[in-house]
Parts: sequence; structure tokens; C-alpha cells
Amino acid sequence: MSSEATGDIARAEQGTSLWQDAWLRLRKNHLAVLGLAILVVFIVIALLTPWIAPYSYQEQNLELGASGPSAAHWLGTDIFGRDLMTQIMYGGRVSLAVGFIATAVALLIGVTWGAVAGYVGGRTDAVMMRMVDILYALPFMIFIVLLTVVFGRSMLLLFLAIGAVEWLTMARIMRGQVQSLRQMEFVEAAVSLGLSPATLIFRHLVPNALGPIIVYTTLTIPNVMLLEAFLSFLGLGIQPPQTSWGLLISYGAETMEEYPWLLIFPGVALTLALFSLNFLGDGLRDALDVRGAKD
Amino acid sequence: MALLEVHNLGISFVTRNGTNKAVADISFTVELGKITAIIGESGSGKSVACYSLLGLVPMPPGRIDGGRALFDGRDLLQLGESELRKIRGRDIAMIFQDPMTCLNPYMTIGKQLMEPLLYHHKVSGQQARSRALELLAEVGIRDPESTFDNYPHQFSGGMRQRVMIAMALINEPKLLIADEPTTALDVTIQAQILKLIAELQSKRNIGVIFISHDLAVVADIADTIVVMKQGEIVETGNREGIFRHARHPYTQKLLAAIPTDSKQARPGTPQPLIQVRKLCTWFGQGRHREPVKAVDNVSFDINRGEVLGLVGESGSGKSTIGRSILRLVPVTSGQVNFDGTDLTALQGGELKAMRRRMQMIFQDPFASLNPRMTVYDTLAEPLLLHGIESRKTVAQGILKLMDDVGLARSFVRKYPHEFSGGQRQRIAIGRALATRPEFLVADEPVSALDVTIQAQILELMQQLGREYNLTMLFVSHDLAVVRHLADRILVLYKGKLIEHGTGDELFERPQQEYTRQLLQSIPGRSLLT
Repeated sequence: MSSEATGDIARAEQGTSLWQDAWLRLRKNHLAVLGLAILVVFIVIALLTPWIAPYSYQEQNLELGASGPSAAHWLGTDIFGRDLMTQIMYGGRVSLAVGFIATAVALLIGVTWGAVAGYVGGRTDAVMMRMVDILYALPFMIFIVLLTVVFGRSMLLLFLAIGAVEWLTMARIMRGQVQSLRQMEFVEAAVSLGLSPATLIFRHLVPNALGPIIVYTTLTIPNVMLLEAFLSFLGLGIQPPQTSWGLLISYGAETMEEYPWLLIFPGVALTLALFSLNFLGDGLRDALDVRGAKD
Repeated sequence: MALLEVHNLGISFVTRNGTNKAVADISFTVELGKITAIIGESGSGKSVACYSLLGLVPMPPGRIDGGRALFDGRDLLQLGESELRKIRGRDIAMIFQDPMTCLNPYMTIGKQLMEPLLYHHKVSGQQARSRALELLAEVGIRDPESTFDNYPHQFSGGMRQRVMIAMALINEPKLLIADEPTTALDVTIQAQILKLIAELQSKRNIGVIFISHDLAVVADIADTIVVMKQGEIVETGNREGIFRHARHPYTQKLLAAIPTDSKQARPGTPQPLIQVRKLCTWFGQGRHREPVKAVDNVSFDINRGEVLGLVGESGSGKSTIGRSILRLVPVTSGQVNFDGTDLTALQGGELKAMRRRMQMIFQDPFASLNPRMTVYDTLAEPLLLHGIESRKTVAQGILKLMDDVGLARSFVRKYPHEFSGGQRQRIAIGRALATRPEFLVADEPVSALDVTIQAQILELMQQLGREYNLTMLFVSHDLAVVRHLADRILVLYKGKLIEHGTGDELFERPQQEYTRQLLQSIPGRSLLT
């Protein structure tokens, strides 16, 4: 074989998957890379918090009370004299975990459910989507309260409860996308190649429906974080002395006139995370759209 | 003086990546009572040139580089938007390729017809209505009174195009610009619309610019033919001059791309590979309505190594037959025997194994490739799925396929949107051939392509058919193409098989009235003999 032909084969053998291409394109998007970097830093901090946090999250200093930023407490302390930076770090663990895990659960169930309903169609579709409608119609709060009563209060339950609500919209978006994609000839071509329905759905349909899904996901993560704060505030989520960004912000809001830093610093942490997510989401959407300008 | 004189018109598009010359220094004239046809492939600048006359080219990115377009003594290129608006639809009217997207689906056609009249002239609603009814009758709408309040979706494609023509003519324009007005239509309907345009133009004594990619379409109606290539006019002449004595090589190439011959009969005794018996494919419409009988009790054989042509208009069920054989749509009743196995009874793994032996090429190369898969992924999928190549050797298999279908190896990592229509169709052919099938269904594989590209793809399919020893079902509405390619031809009408024979038999001795009608509709029929 000539060296030129070998070169061709080597070139052909180089990775050609959509995801590798997307990564190459994403790397050129500076905002998205910045967003990704910030998120990675947040996640690393969250993972290492028990070892790197300057104080314990339960450690109170009632004599000190609420104090502004100082050398001992960089971000100040709350009314019980607890170190705010420590609280934000521990709160980040909860918020990020809820945000990512609950969204991942919603994504997994929603995308699969919607894709199957949209692809199979007919009676299966009708039954599957009526189930979604029924869950939609259930009052969310009653649902959560019932879950708490039956299973007691736990983090896991929080993930499940939030995930169980958020996947519904995801499933509807996905179903609509798949229904219109199913009409395309490339799906017929895939059937005539002999592909199994599962392969067809996940290799041909899902990647083509990713645009709206990614956008909706980046909207869901902050939603979920706020939902957690709301539930915790009502006493249905996590309880003090455990905390989350959402809880810190809602407590901070109560005392923002006297102790503004209690609102500002958790707010900055949450905002930074959400901005990063949005930049990353936009970047991902563009990177996965192969029609976008290459290079 | 001519109705429209275009002198040295030049148009560019300025983009970030530089300036593209879309139209370079072209000149042509349109006379009252004559049809000027502008012929060119997609991207030749034929539409841009005409749209610029009406100020319909967005600027920027468009830019007029120079030239004049004298209409009624005024230079259209110098007019402002408000003056152009008065000319548009009143003095110069347009009809477009796709009448469905050009009509407002939420307005009755009567309202849409009256709109230009009420906008440009001071007439009462009653006058406008009677004028609209008159025109509908003139363009051949049966019973205009009762269809006046119908919505566009209640009309067929041909009828919608008639409505569009009526709408264009309602203000008595002096010039009609028709941009590929018959490309989306069936052959028989196309023939009717062409006839209608020619009649209206001579009766009303107006000028017509007829834009098309297909020389054959204008063969019977054009007075002057302008051939464009890459923004330039390569040849201008009258009909006789272009068709009989074309001078420019590009024009000659366009003429050569019109298939005119008939395939020679194959020697040897036929051995059937596929036997279709009493095939019915009906589509249900709910419990209480009669099902649509897309394919109704059809039986025929496809012999090993032959190309069987299947012709008919849209809705005749010709695509459904191909899809039924491949089990892409559920078959209602009947049998399809493939090499002795009844395909309609197969399930699961047996069906998958058979799928390897039969493949399909689709009509629209823009829809038949997964936009998020590179050529590599598209071709690797069938090779790996059926274990034809291992992960180690798949790259070589892919490159071999690309060589076979005439795609440069360097394209292997590109996505479908980076290719032209012809190149995409080559990828689709490569995918179909990847499983080394014995049988191939080609569903209008060239009807979405430019004429010269059509000829290349047909040539490629014939060549690969021999190399891979393929049996082929070639579905098309284009009789000339089928006659060129197929050993035998089946004519389908409303789901039923009405006639079959070799190309020569059908062309010389058609038995059925419908077949005769189809033959009459072939554009530029006079050229074929």
C-alpha cells in the first residue's frame, strides 16, 4: 500500500464522533471555556469542602455575632457568628448536587420517555403522554408533602421529588422534536439498514434534538436550585445547621438592611454559577450544531 | 422598443469571507408577447438577476455593481422602494416554485386574489370579486364561484399554481416573471401549466421571463433562450438556434444531459429475484373512514440484474410500492418473495438479515442524511452493523466506498451540509451500497438535482449497477429518464398497475389512454425523436 493511501486511512481513523468535534468547537468559544472553568473550580471546592473549609459549619461564635469581612472571617459571619465562607462552601455542595443530579435525573427520564413516545407513536404515545399530563396536573406541593410524610425527610428524596417534576417538560420537548425528525428520510434510511429502534433513537434522533434540550437544561439547573431553596425554606428540604445557597440567600434577604454581606456573597456565588452554566449551555448548543460556522 | 432591456447588470454579495460575484455583466431583453427563458443550474445567478429587477435582493449583503434595467423607459435599478412597490404586482408580477408556501394558508384564495387589486386600484369589493372570478375561470379553475372561499390546502399543487398565476395576472401586468413555476409539479400537471402560461401570454400579449434549470421544460414555449453559468451569460439564441445549433460547450452539455435514448434489451432468460403478488398497502384513516388504497392489488416480477422502472404521478403509489417491498411501511395484504423468502412474514433478526440484501436511495439528499453524522459515521454504520468490516478495517471499507461513488477521500470528516446536492446523493448511494445489497430501490434519486448533475448520478448508478451486479427498482415520474435506464417499465395509476413493457414498446405503442397522456407531457418531446 502506498504511503499516501495509508495516510488517508490514518486520517479516516482519527476520531470523527460528533462529541469530539463539538469539544474542538467548544474550545474555541472563550466564554464557554471560562464558564466551564468556573464550574469545575466550584465543583472541586464542593468536593473538598470538609478538608479545606476554614471552620466547621456548626461552629458558632455568639459573642462575635454578625460581623463584616475581616482577616479571620474573609466573608464575614452570620448572626450566630458562623463563618460565612464555610457556609457558602457547604451550601454549594448541596446546591450543586441538587442542581446537577436532579437535572441529570430529569434529563435521563425526560429524554428517553419523550423520544420513545415520539418515535413509537400511536397508542403507546397517547398512553405515555397522558401519564405526563396526569403528573403535570398533580399539585407539586401536595406531591412533595406526601413524599415527605411517607418516606421521611432526606436529600435523596429531594433529588427524586424535584427530578420527578422537572422531567415532564423535558419529555414534551423531546417528543415534539422526535415527531418532526421521524418524518425525515434519514430515519427511514436507518430503518432500512436494519438498525434496532433503540440504536436509531439514541444515535440518530437524540443528537438531532439536542439544541432545545441543552437550552432547556441550562434553564432547569437554576430552576432546580431555587426550587430546593423554596422547599427548604418551607421546612420540606434540608434543615439547619445544614444549608444551601438558596437558604443562605433567603436568610440574607431578611437581614439585608443590617447585614448586606449575608445576601451579597451567597448571591454572588449563585450568580456566578448560573452565568457559567448559561455560557456553557450556549457554547454547547453552538458546538453541537454542526451547521454552525466551522473554524 | 423592447419591454425590458437589461444592460450589463452586475450583482455581488459582500460577506465576511469576501465578495462573491453572483451576476457578472449580463444583458438580455424581453419583448412584449414573447417568452424569454433563463436557463442555469442552482447558483448560476438566474434568480438573483431577476429578483434584483424588483428590488427583492436584500441589500446588504447584496450590491448592484452596475448596469441598467430599462422597463417602460425607466431604469428599475434607480427606483426607490416606494416606486418599486407600485410596479411590483401591477406592472411586473411574479410566480414562484412552490405555490403552497407562497399562499397564505389562513386566507381564502378569493381574499388573496382580491388583495392586489384592492391595493393597486380603487375598485369596490364587488368589482374585485367579479374580476377575480373571471380570472379563476381563465386559468382553468373549475367552478370558481364555489371554490372562491376555499383555503389553499383544499387545492392540489397544480390548482394552487393556477391560483398563483391568476393572482399574478389580476392587475394586468406587462411582464410576468416565472421562477421555476413547474418544478414542484407532476409531469402531466407541468405540461398543463406550461400550456396555460403560453396561452395567457399570447392572448394578453405580455412579456414573460421563465426561469428554469431544465432546458427541456422550455423547449416548447420559449422564444428566446438565455443560458447562464456562474453568473455569466454563455449563450443567447432563439429556440431553434439553441436546440439545433448550440455553439457553447456548456449549452451542448445541458442538451446532452437530456436523456433521449432507450435502453437496449438484455440478453438471456430472465430469472425473477423478487415476486410481488397481490400486494395491497392501505393507510387507515380512523375507524369510520375508507382507507387510502395507496397500492391496490399489484403483482409483478423483478428479474435478477434488471432495472425495472416504475412511473406514475404523485399519489399513484409508486413510492409506496418500493417502501412496501423493503418493509418500511406496513403491508396490508399480499406477498413479496425475495429469492424465495416471503418478506412480509419476517420479524426481528431474520428481517435484519434480509435488510442487508436490499437497500434504498431516497429522493431528497438533504433529508436522507443525518445532519450530525460525518461521511465517516454515515458509511461506518452499515459496515459495522452487519459485520461487513471490523472496527480495525472499517476505515478502509469507507474509503473504498468513497472511491466507488466518486467522492474525494479528503471529504471523509465532513458533514452533509458541507456538500452540494449531487455529492450528498453520492454519499447516500455509498451508504446503500455499503451492505453489498443485491436489490436497490431508487426513489426518484435525481429529481431534486440539477440537470447536468442528474446525468452524472444516473451514469454513476448504471456503472455501479454493473459493478455490484444490482437488481434495481427505479421509481420516477420522469419517463425520459426511466426509458434511458430501465429494461422494463411499469405504469402505475391510482395504486393500480395499468401497463407494462419495454421502453420502446411503451413509447411507440402505448395501450392505455393514461400512458399516452404521460408521454404527451414529457417536456421537449419534440427533441426526443
